[in-house]
Amino acid sequence: MATSHEERSDGLNLDRAEPSQERRALLELIALSKVFPTTPPVNALSDVNVRIFAGEYVAIEGQSGSGKSTLLNVLGCLDRHTSGTYLFDGIDTSELTDSERAELRGNRIGFVFQAFHLLAHRSVLENVMLGELYLANPRSERKKEALECLDQVGMNHRTSFLPTRLSGGERQRVAIARALMGDPGVLLCDEPTGNLDTKNTEMVLDLLDALVARGITVLVITHESSVSKRAQRRLRIVDGFVSESSVEASI
Amino acid sequence: MKFRSRTRRRGGNSQLAHKQTKLKFVDLILEASSGVLSRPGRAVLTILGTILGIGALVATLGISKTAGNQIVGRFDALAATEIVATPRAVGRLSVNAIPWNAQDQLERLNGVVAAGTLADIAVKGTLIRAVPVNDPLGQSQFQMPIKAASPGLFRATRSRLGSGRFFDVGHSDRAERVVVIGRSAARKLNLARVDQLPAIFVGDQLYTVIGILDSVARQPDLMSSIIIPEGTARKEFRLPGPSLVEIETEIGATGLIASQIPLALSPNDPSTIKVAAPPEPKLVKDGIQSDLNSLFLVLGAVSLLVGAIGIANVTLVSVLERTGEIGLRRALGAGRRHIASQFLAESTVLGLIGGVLGASFGLLVVVGIALTRKWTAVIDPKIPLLAPLLGAVVGLVAGLYPALRAARLEPVEALRSGT
Repeated sequence: MATSHEERSDGLNLDRAEPSQERRALLELIALSKVFPTTPPVNALSDVNVRIFAGEYVAIEGQSGSGKSTLLNVLGCLDRHTSGTYLFDGIDTSELTDSERAELRGNRIGFVFQAFHLLAHRSVLENVMLGELYLANPRSERKKEALECLDQVGMNHRTSFLPTRLSGGERQRVAIARALMGDPGVLLCDEPTGNLDTKNTEMVLDLLDALVARGITVLVITHESSVSKRAQRRLRIVDGFVSESSVEASI
Repeated sequence: MKFRSRTRRRGGNSQLAHKQTKLKFVDLILEASSGVLSRPGRAVLTILGTILGIGALVATLGISKTAGNQIVGRFDALAATEIVATPRAVGRLSVNAIPWNAQDQLERLNGVVAAGTLADIAVKGTLIRAVPVNDPLGQSQFQMPIKAASPGLFRATRSRLGSGRFFDVGHSDRAERVVVIGRSAARKLNLARVDQLPAIFVGDQLYTVIGILDSVARQPDLMSSIIIPEGTARKEFRLPGPSLVEIETEIGATGLIASQIPLALSPNDPSTIKVAAPPEPKLVKDGIQSDLNSLFLVLGAVSLLVGAIGIANVTLVSVLERTGEIGLRRALGAGRRHIASQFLAESTVLGLIGGVLGASFGLLVVVGIALTRKWTAVIDPKIPLLAPLLGAVVGLVAGLYPALRAARLEPVEALRSGT
């Protein structure tokens, strides 16, 4: 079992190094659907077939209520799908227990939320260090890594500030630094610019561009076309159905 | 700026070949502490009940122990440290059972504070009068008890002088004609001061009065007696032997000393010595304490229960308020048990702080009350250590339900409802 994972991970690294048409998808949804068991039941996602490759920058566009948040929750292993298959780097996520899904989130996925979700009473540095709390690294190592991540988002001059003293854009950059803790490989961003003005939006989007350039897979959920047009690939979601709106639009 | 290879994380033994998520104990405590300290005002209000409960318990235990010891202490002052040894009245040789050197023999025992012998001298109509006699109307000659004492008796009876001095071993050894007289005897003889070296006649012999007793704690007969040194009594009155030994021991030593006295005084035949010792002080103390404690212990327990409910309430509110944080932590890789343990740790820390403050508060109350009553504060050293532990347990129990609620939250719901 472990050997096959090792092979997979080796293959993935190869993929990153020299992209080819035969590479395996990092995230793969096959005939996936999600039904909320309300009365009447709501089909939040219907027969979704999506392959996302390592290093891609994908925007998922949709109006509110279209199911885009549900899609992100499923992709982030925060929620379970009803039927179909979701493979994360070849791992069938429906077979994972709750704590294995927590492991997967902690190790492989970084989250960026519209509401930032920074702890108001903790300093910027402590908020970023929180990103690796559950990986049980020594505190000193976490601090070092947090400073590196803050450096990457250009916030290393605000380490001792409380989040309440930061602007929206700065908060989101701190949240991105937190998501980068532990080298997740995949960044899932839920309306990352939803609470930001134009200037800060541009700043955050530039940051995401830079992360993509460094090989991180970035998925952005948005309802703004100004945000989604920055992505290499745009998926449109309408009433739970996902369609490719443009492939390799840029670059 | 360089990203490390992700394969670093894949060397573990987990089924996923990921690093297993866990929360180290140090991190747990740090997270819990900053969770608690981020709202200090609320934390203080939350633990008020625990402070009062633990404080009441500590104060109750401390005060009852202090009061109990105080009662024992007063009792000690007179009776609990007193032993009286007398010859057992079994016929012939009993009178001489107590040797002349009884004082020396007994003062050697560890735990004896003072010892002194006392004997009544058969007066046989001997009258006592003071000189000079100036008042022809007043009575000038009296019959008074005359006692022979070893110098140590004054200490053993806790005698205090009104004026003058006690006689000492030198007076006794040289059989000098000196006396110490009790206050009421002195009043009868119209003696108030000894600085003029007044003398009294005992029968035909003139004795110098060197001291007047002001008070005695034991052997109250001394106050109305003429007390002469033992050596003088042996020479002048042919005293056959002491009739009793008065012994003052250290607190708690009476049992041991009482068992040693017969052998020390009469090694050849210890059964000739009769020892009167007080009951064991421990039993007295225990009896007093169990009566005092129960009501206040119940009150303390009730306030502790109220304190626990307070912590449970506030922790529950905090779970509801921090739903977003719970969602975030789940997204960052926390399992349900990590969330539960964090809230449990927070309530435990609250309880622990309440316990520490409560114990301090309780100790202050005990010390304060002891000070105002001029008592000695007595506290079982285990109590200040166990009280914070009790607080922590109260916090832990109070946190169980909120922690379960927090752990049950689904990450998606938590992230959606909390901002």
